[in-house]
Amino acid sequence: MKSSHQIELTAGLFLLLAIAALVFLAVQATDRGVVSGGSYTLTAHFSNVGGLKPRAKVSMAGVTIGMVESIQLDPETFDAVVTLRISDQFDELPEDTSASILTAGILGDQYVGLEPGGLFDPLQDGDRIMITNSAMVLEQLISRYLFNTEGDE
Amino acid sequence: MNSPGFPNRLFAQPLRELGRALIFLLTALSRMRLTRLQIGETLRQVYFAGVRSLVIIVTCGFFVGLVLTLQTYDTLTRFGAGDAVSVVLALSLFRELGPVLTAILFAGRAGTSITAEIGLMKATEQLDALDLMAIDPMERIVQPRLIGSLIAVPALVLIFNVTALLGGVAFAVLLMGVDPITFWGNMQATVELGRDFGHGMLKAVVFGFLAAWLAVYFGWTAKPTSEGVALATTQTVIATAIAVLVIDFVLSAFML
Repeated sequence: MKSSHQIELTAGLFLLLAIAALVFLAVQATDRGVVSGGSYTLTAHFSNVGGLKPRAKVSMAGVTIGMVESIQLDPETFDAVVTLRISDQFDELPEDTSASILTAGILGDQYVGLEPGGLFDPLQDGDRIMITNSAMVLEQLISRYLFNTEGDE
Repeated sequence: MNSPGFPNRLFAQPLRELGRALIFLLTALSRMRLTRLQIGETLRQVYFAGVRSLVIIVTCGFFVGLVLTLQTYDTLTRFGAGDAVSVVLALSLFRELGPVLTAILFAGRAGTSITAEIGLMKATEQLDALDLMAIDPMERIVQPRLIGSLIAVPALVLIFNVTALLGGVAFAVLLMGVDPITFWGNMQATVELGRDFGHGMLKAVVFGFLAAWLAVYFGWTAKPTSEGVALATTQTVIATAIAVLVIDFVLSAFML
């Protein structure tokens, strides 16, 4: 039987080990809460979001800078309203930034790609991105292609 | 209790047991006292419940990580997605396997010993002796074990997760030659700190609370005979395993 002093020391070491494990897991095995840390939201209206899902990536120049928080239907214009949560690090996006729904690879996930504009005023929290490109829907593309080729003949 | 019929046995008995357990918990919580002596005793219980469970947690964690990686890597390579193995590993560990397996292993290793200890104290009339000396056994015996286990389980879950990840690294990176940068990079890109890891740790706290509560409760209500203590020990494991798995489903459904 160990003395009570030793037992308390070992218990303390055990808790220290647990804290070390916590730090290791949080830093090495997760996204370190980059996006869930300081962030702000932007909205964008799309006529069709395709297969975009909440939690999809938002990227600029291929770098992930945020995620899709929610997708709702505007009851008046029948547009899809996509709310984007962008990390605070990137709060200098120009006002005329454009948003498009893109697909990673042929069968990959859909994500929102932002393209910076040229104005100097930055987008503020809650602002709306005015220039948007909707998702490519495969069926529409195919039907357009078939229609066009028929017309050429 | 006087009319042992079919509906009574099926519904009233478990309900009454649940009510008793709840009243027991509320009594224990209402008599909480924080003194210097209590903190030392709680730390000692962290040692008995936590440090003494390290061997089984570390061993099981490592092999769970190994076998999980082995199975998912084999399946994923058939779809050409072998690099996603680290994501599957981390998500299933953080969200489900870590908290659930640790809680069940904890019930088997530490919960039973708490139940048996308190049950034997009761059988040998040590609890009555404490009462006679005007020492509240709820405060002296129950409280440190409750809080000690509540601290020990989340700590063990963290350690389980780390060793299981190491098992995964050992198999995927060392044996199968997955690129370590891809392995960690995919994991860091996909696993969210709050949603995946944080919710898993929330589960760990809930399960730690459940395991501690049930272990202490069954010891406290054990019949003061050798059969009674044996039965109570068995009940601790069964009740904790069932409660953890059922509540895990409910929590997962709410969190996703």
